Amino acid sequence: MQIDIRTDSSVSPIRQTFAHIARRLGADKPATRYQEAMFDLQPVTSFHYRPLWQPQYELYDARRTRVVMQDWYALKDPRQYFYGAYVNARARQQDAMEKNFEFVEKRGLLGALPADVRDVLITGVVPLRHLEWAANMNNAAITAYGFGSAITQAAMFHTMDRLGIAQYLTRLGLVIGDKEAVEQAKTAWMEDMTWQPLRHASEDLLVRDDWFELHVAQNLVLDGLVYPLVYQQFDRYRSATNPAFSLVTDFMAVWYAESTRWVDATVKTAAQESPENAAVIAGFAFEWLDRFTHALRPLSLRLFGSDGEAELASAVDALNKRLSGLGLTRQSESGDHHE
Amino acid sequence: MSNAPVFIALQATEDMRAVIDAIVEDNPHATVHRYPAMVKIDAPGRLSIHRASVEERIGRAWDLQELQLGLISLAGNIDETEDAFVLAWH
Repeated sequence: MQIDIRTDSSVSPIRQTFAHIARRLGADKPATRYQEAMFDLQPVTSFHYRPLWQPQYELYDARRTRVVMQDWYALKDPRQYFYGAYVNARARQQDAMEKNFEFVEKRGLLGALPADVRDVLITGVVPLRHLEWAANMNNAAITAYGFGSAITQAAMFHTMDRLGIAQYLTRLGLVIGDKEAVEQAKTAWMEDMTWQPLRHASEDLLVRDDWFELHVAQNLVLDGLVYPLVYQQFDRYRSATNPAFSLVTDFMAVWYAESTRWVDATVKTAAQESPENAAVIAGFAFEWLDRFTHALRPLSLRLFGSDGEAELASAVDALNKRLSGLGLTRQSESGDHHE
Repeated sequence: MSNAPVFIALQATEDMRAVIDAIVEDNPHATVHRYPAMVKIDAPGRLSIHRASVEERIGRAWDLQELQLGLISLAGNIDETEDAFVLAWH
């Protein structure tokens, strides 16, 4: 059998992609939308004035972090998110979450909880929306001061994700106990001793200058403890009696699994670039691991009661394994940071 | 198993690009013809598309049935599972 299927090949495009993308790919060949919407969007030369607020740097300047990269575009996003792909993916997830909230609200699954469950959700989970706001600010800083559109564009998406998660947490509060529940959660964040070490640590992180430190401390270390603790371990703990919590926090669980791929890929690539980078990044990671482990202890006890220590230890163990998988080792234990 | 030629013709769209790259990588014996808006891949005997190779390139979970969205035509008997789509003459 012979089928001759062809289109008129006398018309061929003059070029397959943009010249600057062709230089990246090494040849004029078709590029993906992600490549075209990511590579070299940020200016690197011929800046006019230096910023008045930071005259030691150019407007875009790779020296704003101690991490040094030969090529900042090595920090690619394995999810290949550009605006269109990102917005489509999140729109689908938002539809699913709306359905989940509708399901829970229609049946009043979170409206009439036993007092102890209601209290642990309002003062133990809903205040995380303030922590998400800090994550939003930190990622906005990475976007603003980072170098190369590979990392800054993904950080911008991450910034918006955190705002969305904060909004879902607010809605969780509203579903449980209306505006009073959200106000009670704010008071807990500001005054309850459960939250003060974490609030202190996250406020200390907000004023750090090195944007790669923000990336490591926030997106790798803090999220790497809080998300498994709250949206995996606490979720399992809760779902035995009331699965509604899983429904309204489903996005957080899915989002964490997805964004972990981006965080791990960028950190691992930067650490593999040089032993100096690996040492700097390990310094960031383990300093903040110690700080946040300490800061999360009261919250873990609040969420899990007498199992709090064990649950926190299991989250810390898992994160330690993840860090060593990324090529990061504690400085004091070894002076050698090769892969 | 015959060595008669099989082929698959796909639209040259954004999502299909990852599929085409995966086919080229997994089937070194195949010949790729790039036309405007269409890519036709010929191979003697056998042509396989693996979900894992496509996912590696597309950066997300990919269902083999998404292949239908960009499929123009094909020749060969189909052996399809959740992990692979294989064309051959039985």
